[in-house]
Amino acid sequence: MILQGLTFYLFAAIAVGAGVMVVSARNPVHSVLFLILTFFTTAGLFVLIGAEFLAMVLVVVYVGAVAVLFMFVVMMLDINFVEMREGFLQYMPIGVLVGIILLVELLMVLGTASLSPEVMAAGTEPIPDLAQRQNTAALGDVMYTKYIYLFQAAGMILLIAMIGAIVLTHRQRPGVRKQVISKQLARTREEAVELKKVQPGQGI
Amino acid sequence: MAEFWSIYLLPGIIILAQILAIIVPLLLCVAMVTYYERKIMAAMQLRMGPNVVGPFGLLQAFADGAKLFFKETILPTSANKIIFLIAPMITFLLSLVAWAVIPFDDGIVVSDINVGILYLFAISSLGVYGIVMAGWASNSKYPFLSALRSAAQMVSYEVSIGFVIITVLLCVGSLNVSDVVRAQAEGVWFFIPLFPMFVIFFISALAETNRHPFDLPEAEAELVAGYQVEYSSMAFALFFLGEYANMILMSGLTAILFLGGWLPPFDIAPFNWIPGPIWFFLKILLLLFVFVWVRATLPRYRYDQLMRLGWKVFLPFSLFWVALTAGVLVAFDLVPQT
Repeated sequence: MILQGLTFYLFAAIAVGAGVMVVSARNPVHSVLFLILTFFTTAGLFVLIGAEFLAMVLVVVYVGAVAVLFMFVVMMLDINFVEMREGFLQYMPIGVLVGIILLVELLMVLGTASLSPEVMAAGTEPIPDLAQRQNTAALGDVMYTKYIYLFQAAGMILLIAMIGAIVLTHRQRPGVRKQVISKQLARTREEAVELKKVQPGQGI
Repeated sequence: MAEFWSIYLLPGIIILAQILAIIVPLLLCVAMVTYYERKIMAAMQLRMGPNVVGPFGLLQAFADGAKLFFKETILPTSANKIIFLIAPMITFLLSLVAWAVIPFDDGIVVSDINVGILYLFAISSLGVYGIVMAGWASNSKYPFLSALRSAAQMVSYEVSIGFVIITVLLCVGSLNVSDVVRAQAEGVWFFIPLFPMFVIFFISALAETNRHPFDLPEAEAELVAGYQVEYSSMAFALFFLGEYANMILMSGLTAILFLGGWLPPFDIAPFNWIPGPIWFFLKILLLLFVFVWVRATLPRYRYDQLMRLGWKVFLPFSLFWVALTAGVLVAFDLVPQT
């Protein structure tokens, strides 16, 4: 148990430290890299509480896909650091407000947990017991059996949001020459190559 | 003190020994794979290949390694130094950590975790960071273009790899890597019922490891050497080792998912005398041969063709095949019980 405790504090400290660096790093690419480190150490914390499926999904989805897109965009930004400082005061009230709301929410969660012991007990007890059911299967039971319609509805909403984003940003540009693969494959030797007998000294 | 020894020290030493038992042969294999590749390429192009250093040129890889080791590590002045140095380490590290869950025989695996396949998928999806970080930190044109290319390419092909893995998992009913092989021991190897998925997986593996014909991130004709332009000495060597270790890993993963891992092709007398790890090794060797064969044969894809293949061909097809496999499994009552 000592080793687990030490690992927990190591991961937790790195996660918090990296989280602070995400917002305080000057270079946005460094911020994204620290964000990745935060995700990674959080995955480690998930493994420690026995939620290995969540840990792996966190790495696959957030680190492997979402953060790559962040990085892709942030790398290409042409950033003027002086301009960024100027905007700081302007956006600070909103930032502080969001921060306070999040802090209050966190305190409320912690408060209820510490005020009523039974809530605390329910929180620390994985359902069902890890020895009986692997957590991949347990998650499947809940999501695909118990709440299948709600889960499908959430999926449909995301799909519609995606289609909406594509429809809104898609623009048809006239005069763009697109490659039509079927047309290229349908080309035959007869229509592509013409053989001409060239007489000496005449040309075509 | 005795307790401390038995609880912490002894398991720690055992794990360390296990790690070394995998990494040392793996690095030797990486060295020999470069030789293997050069010899096959030479044979296909009617050349001799390396034949000077050591018998049959077998020590060529070590000579190359020693040369790289003694070269100067150059740090470009405008590079982002820390990330520049971390990038090759990440590439190399990620190509090694994935081996923790690869089973070499029934029970011979460092860490037999429940979500092994997901772990492998997660690690392979991280491979892009080494290249992206290298490209960005070099602060130079060609590496940067290469980083952008590789980010888009690897994310695209990961999607179809994910779906291929899902079809295999549907037939297995477990996320454990050893269970995948055990499921094939009872029935046929998965490359027979899932042949189209096998092909898609292998092609996606080529794209995921940035191998020919999808080596656009380091396309020497357009980008000089892509993300490796500014690297020299050991930093370059780490990229190189990482790339080849990833090739071996992807071959191993293909062998496990579709070619029955450590299983002999027929469970009868002369075949099952040969131990499992040797079969596994032979299968990896066969797949590596195909990797090299493809390199020697095919010209490089154009970038838009690469994207079209990933998103418009592989993704819909593998999605269709997931639905088909699930449908067949349910219709004929073949769903594996967990």
